[in-house]
Amino acid sequence: MQQLARRVEESFSSGIVRISEWRGDVAVVVTREKLREVAQFLRDEPGMDFDYVVHVSSVDWPDDEERFEVVWEFYSVRKRQRIRLKTRVPESDCVVDSLSDLWKGADFMEREVYDMMGIRFRNHPDLRRILMPDDYTEGYPLRKDFPLRGKGWRDTFEFLDEIPR
Amino acid sequence: MGLIQLGRHDKDGAPDVITGSLEKAVNWARKGSLWPMTFGLACCAIEMMAAVSSRYDMDRFGAGVFRGSPRQSDLMIVAGTVCRRMAPVIRKIYDQMPEPKYVISMGSCATSGNIYDSYSVVQGVDRFIPVDIYVPGCPPTPEALFDGILKLQERIMEKRVFTTQPREVKNSFKV
Repeated sequence: MQQLARRVEESFSSGIVRISEWRGDVAVVVTREKLREVAQFLRDEPGMDFDYVVHVSSVDWPDDEERFEVVWEFYSVRKRQRIRLKTRVPESDCVVDSLSDLWKGADFMEREVYDMMGIRFRNHPDLRRILMPDDYTEGYPLRKDFPLRGKGWRDTFEFLDEIPR
Repeated sequence: MGLIQLGRHDKDGAPDVITGSLEKAVNWARKGSLWPMTFGLACCAIEMMAAVSSRYDMDRFGAGVFRGSPRQSDLMIVAGTVCRRMAPVIRKIYDQMPEPKYVISMGSCATSGNIYDSYSVVQGVDRFIPVDIYVPGCPPTPEALFDGILKLQERIMEKRVFTTQPREVKNSFKV
């Protein structure tokens, strides 16, 4: 596993913020600009072969300057190895490159991140909300500053007025 | 059974006449033939399925024929967490069920939202459809569900059949 971390580190002269390893899991933090390049490398480079995207998620660090962190987890079916790719975006410019053209499976999961955290994915084929309704207006529920009980949506039943009585 | 009284024949006194109100007879028929709507939302549905299957056999109470269509059912067992996005669907299915119809709110989630005091979970299905029986539990055992069904059957026996409900009562349900 250390080998994997070293290999990623050696292949890029810049753009890698940090590579950490904890209990056999390698995590690579990259800058936003370098994200696609590293992702492409992870997918296509022999020895890497990460052909499967396990999950895309996001983390809100409200006190940090670059508030949001987007996390992709990859697995190589052939090599049986895992890697985690992270990048940070500030709240003022919540845009990150989509990886759904490299891994088709990232499509819905990136939509979920957009829906829950409000991070936009550049060049995503169909960036719409996926869990919440399309006309949901209260914001992005998984952000730390979103009230736990929402902003009233769960208690309003507008469809009750439409029923003929 | 309580709803019918055995009468005796005038001549030989043999018990061959029964008297009772038609209302009770209708209610008796209704309570013994509840057709539930298949509507499982979460883990409560697992207990509901167990209640229908052979070990517990809900059919004993005449409520074992689960239907896939609201048009063919008269009992809706809301089994599980009700998310806000599911609410209009539940309401629509409820509206599609023919009268008379009954609703059992199965488990803490359907009744009150349980621990899910969050932005997406409705705090009780009775906020948008009228509920007849609440079954507590997380999830309720099949026995608890049976208790709810038996309670509902008691309720059905008390219903008036040949009187129309005042319109005000019908309209009173609105959040």
